Amino acid sequence: MKQILAILWKDLQVEARSKQSLLSMLAFGLLILVIFNFAFEPTPELKRSITPGLLWITFLFSGILGLNRSFSLEKENMAIHGLLLAPIDRGLVYFGKFGANLLILLVTEILTLPFFLLFLNMPLFRHFWWLMLIILLGTAGFVALGTLFSAMATSTKMREVMLPLLLFPISTPILLAAVACVREILANEPFESYQNWFFLLIGFDIIFIVVPSLVFEYVVEE
Amino acid sequence: MNSRFEQVFHNDHIPVKILGYALAFLMFVSFLLIAWYAPVEQTMGMVQKIFYYHVPSAWVAFLAFGVVFVCSILYLTTREKRWDLLAHSSVEIGVLFSLIVLITGPIWARPVWGVWWTWEPRLTTTLILFLIYVGYLLLRYFSGTGERTAKFAAVVGIIGFIDVPLVYLSINWWAAEAQVHPQRIGMGPRMQVAFFVSLFTFTVLYVYLLVRRIQLAHAKTSVDQLREKQNE
Repeated sequence: MKQILAILWKDLQVEARSKQSLLSMLAFGLLILVIFNFAFEPTPELKRSITPGLLWITFLFSGILGLNRSFSLEKENMAIHGLLLAPIDRGLVYFGKFGANLLILLVTEILTLPFFLLFLNMPLFRHFWWLMLIILLGTAGFVALGTLFSAMATSTKMREVMLPLLLFPISTPILLAAVACVREILANEPFESYQNWFFLLIGFDIIFIVVPSLVFEYVVEE
Repeated sequence: MNSRFEQVFHNDHIPVKILGYALAFLMFVSFLLIAWYAPVEQTMGMVQKIFYYHVPSAWVAFLAFGVVFVCSILYLTTREKRWDLLAHSSVEIGVLFSLIVLITGPIWARPVWGVWWTWEPRLTTTLILFLIYVGYLLLRYFSGTGERTAKFAAVVGIIGFIDVPLVYLSINWWAAEAQVHPQRIGMGPRMQVAFFVSLFTFTVLYVYLLVRRIQLAHAKTSVDQLREKQNE
């Protein structure tokens, strides 16, 4: 646990000093909102129906930006060698990176939410904590897989392109489940109407946190 | 190259040639069965005949991706190159056959459902699977040859297949209203004969393509070695 926290803390410090990921993700998320507004010219009704999907499109696309940086940062000055030489299990390295990526993306998402309130009139505070829980679960699954694929993508020729090509199709269940949950919550529906999706989200998270932590060592070893 | 198993993958291996001829014969027979023996379906008419290619293609695609999953695990645990080669070859065949499913599906859907495409669970799942394994092939393509590429590919092969039930489940809930795809098809006895012969033929085709693909890879390795020798 101490080792995981050490790696997590290292990544957060790097991010706190440069703020590169956070700022670029935030600006990118804002841009997506503006572009969607121009592309669809939404009426209040349309706004209500596209908000859940747009929320997750924004999160996933900005997430890709941050995840791409996660391991390319380690490649600079070959910092990854130091990380791998550490006498700890590779699975712990994975959890450390996963935790840092998750926290950075969650902070970005929370900072993006006010814009949804502003531009799309999203009823953010109606079921605030439920919404936060769904955002946490959806983001966790996406980042869990993304951290693994990011480690692979940085070693290929087409780094930035490779990550979304692998990550988006495989995280289809996350996107469907997370969008469905948010839609039902915003529509004031009871928990029963989306509990299937909710448990799917939890199941997905468990599977895709455990499996990547097991295979991570094959991805980073030289 | 020691065991009997490895011998199969030599280019001039006689049983493989015989398998090829047998496959050609099977293809011919199943075509005859589909075209003339199986009756024309009452409501859909002639276009229903595409079913005898559509469903076996889907079966081969899923079989191929299952083989990828098993070979990927075997590769990561044993590090023997042949598992990687088998997985890679199987993905190529699986992608090809899911493409055939995605092409024959709309050809069938247009006259029967009135649209080329609906976001219906089975079609959508096949599309997502196709995209996952296209990603696998692109990953291999962009990271060159070598042990690391093989390991990356194996990881995607494992995770992609674990994802299949989740994808199917989620798309099934998502598109619950769009459930137009037949879940089971009532077939007359003659239809059944044509169908199962076709299913068997496609399975043999899968095995044959797999063996030939591996032979091709071995031939390529020998050519590369010869070229290196020549350059020395």
